Amino acid sequence: MLVESPPEPSAETAPAPPSRRAVRAFGLLLSVAVLVLVALASIAIGAKELTFGQVWHGLFEDSGTYGDVVVAERVSRTLLGLLAGAALGLAGAVLQALTRNPLADPGLLGINAGASAAVVTAITYFGVTSLSGYVWFAFFGAAAVGALVWFLGGSRGATPVRLALAGTAISAALYGYLQAVMIMDEAALGKMRFWTVGSLSSATNSTITQVLPFLLAGTLLALALARPLNAMAMGDDTAKALGADLNRTRALSMLAATVLCGAATAACGPIVFVGLMVPHVVRSFTGPDLRWILPYAAILSPVLLLGADVLGRIVARPSELQVGIVTAILGGPVFIFLVRRRRTAQL
Amino acid sequence: MRTTNRAVRTGGFSIRLDVRAVTVVLLLLVAALVASVVLIGTGDFPIPAADVLRTLAGEGNPGQEFIVNELRLPRVLVGLLVGASLGLGGALFQAISRNPLGSPDVLGLGQGATAGALAVIVLTSGSANQVAAGALVGGLVTGLAIYVLAWKRGVHGYRLVLVGIGVSAIVTAVNGFLLTKSDIVDAARAVVWMTGSLDGRDWAQVWPLLALTAVLVPLVLANARGLRMMEMGDDVSYALGVRVERVRLLLMVAAVLLTASATAAAGPVSFVALTAPQLARRLTRSPGPNLLASLCMGAALLVVADWVSQRAFGAEQLPVGVVTGVLGGVYLLWLLVSERRAGRI
Repeated sequence: MLVESPPEPSAETAPAPPSRRAVRAFGLLLSVAVLVLVALASIAIGAKELTFGQVWHGLFEDSGTYGDVVVAERVSRTLLGLLAGAALGLAGAVLQALTRNPLADPGLLGINAGASAAVVTAITYFGVTSLSGYVWFAFFGAAAVGALVWFLGGSRGATPVRLALAGTAISAALYGYLQAVMIMDEAALGKMRFWTVGSLSSATNSTITQVLPFLLAGTLLALALARPLNAMAMGDDTAKALGADLNRTRALSMLAATVLCGAATAACGPIVFVGLMVPHVVRSFTGPDLRWILPYAAILSPVLLLGADVLGRIVARPSELQVGIVTAILGGPVFIFLVRRRRTAQL
Repeated sequence: MRTTNRAVRTGGFSIRLDVRAVTVVLLLLVAALVASVVLIGTGDFPIPAADVLRTLAGEGNPGQEFIVNELRLPRVLVGLLVGASLGLGGALFQAISRNPLGSPDVLGLGQGATAGALAVIVLTSGSANQVAAGALVGGLVTGLAIYVLAWKRGVHGYRLVLVGIGVSAIVTAVNGFLLTKSDIVDAARAVVWMTGSLDGRDWAQVWPLLALTAVLVPLVLANARGLRMMEMGDDVSYALGVRVERVRLLLMVAAVLLTASATAAAGPVSFVALTAPQLARRLTRSPGPNLLASLCMGAALLVVADWVSQRAFGAEQLPVGVVTGVLGGVYLLWLLVSERRAGRI
């Protein structure tokens, strides 16, 4: 669980070493620099190898050459990776703070299951076949399940355990439905097996414009929640005594997480582990203050997602490994390492 | 609550008998057997229950004998054995991890077995027996990996669950990868297998399952006392004379074997291992792992679910795993609502 950090040395009492705040701010800048590098790598590396000159040409002097088309496609893909990664990381951090559970991720609250069930319904019963057609269904499914979990979890009196239980229960029922449909409809299976692993390769500009407003709104809402969530981390009673409105904070956190995960899942399919892992890694060097965790998570999650995407393109050349598979195979061992390193009492 | 314990004494020997628990076990056993008879009588060629019993006793007409003994009885027996193994395995895992969510499906054993089976289906398009062997190997390897990775001067329950979740996510990704690499015929076969199905099971699946449960169930029950002590915590039970780590390893191996063999026979039927121990505990109202009650509950659940899967969807027969998944979800929701009303969570 979250542990309070030791009191920060104020600038007056400890002038010699740079203040913690400065270190963290510098770290944030460094993370942005890493993110830019990874984004460039994501544009340059792929089945078709591009030189730096070609990338430059495609980005700034687009004249429709083959290289320019490749660059334009990879830019969409990278942009989606940036947005979806940031959304998943933020949502994970918010959910972990909301449920006070270090294992909370979009899967836990049934959001992935809701999106998957909606997409399979769209394919089988509404005849939707294009990826950009799925987006609205997936988003609607995620949002509907998010709302359902919220009400079943007790809405105004929601507690972490109730929310998690409601999410697990709804997921189970929805996955039963999903499997039943996939067994009866082979065409749906053919599409779903690619959608459910989670991939950035389907990114188009229209997908991005569809989900962009939601991602931006969710991001702003999540960042604004840092303060009240900080108060809630100390326990309900303390938070109340500090003047936090518990119900409002919970409702807004749930809303932010649902919008962020829903939009990200709608655009790239369910991607596990980014939302779970990055906040853990971030917390290990920022401490428990969400005002730092959230921005760091928003910047480092796309680093992980894009890095995994690039890796997926390198290891399986000339085809590629879907990013959802790479994040799980990379993230799983890191997660196990974290579990082993910690004293169990802390979890 | 009225106590239902009775002491039974004969000479120098005495045991405490929990009357309610014994009644529940007997009732569940009867329920499982009745459901089995009904299930044998169900199908395109319905047979009345009386005829089923007569045929099972060896006095039926040849046509019914063929349908009952060759087609439907093995399927029902596999269902009973798989349900019993999953119920018992689930109860063991939940007791060892001291977590009601610590069932084999959550810990990744189901996914591990699936990975083994998928590898055989996708890479070699192997026969049903090879798929079962692959599933068995996958389940055992995953179980071993979880135990080794969770080992750190002993296996702590919470760490076991967390490591299991991590392993499960990795293996799920591998499964997703295998599915995307397969052609659509293999993928369809794989999805049916992954859902868990009792379709077309025959005597070849019954014998190994029966042999394994015949060895493991008594072994597990003999160690139930130690497990019950361990619920009080490792230190207390060690002080009371339980060799904690040895009992835990033994029971975990048994649980992995039970789950893996059940999964090999029927696929990863979801939720039986998770819900059977919980339902059993609610019926017996007694603390402790409730091993025997969970076993009977698992068997009854799976056979009833199989009956529902054959009857509920008209001509279209769905694999039993679909039914257990949906029922499991509904059960969890009900649990949520009722616990909330009682103000427990």
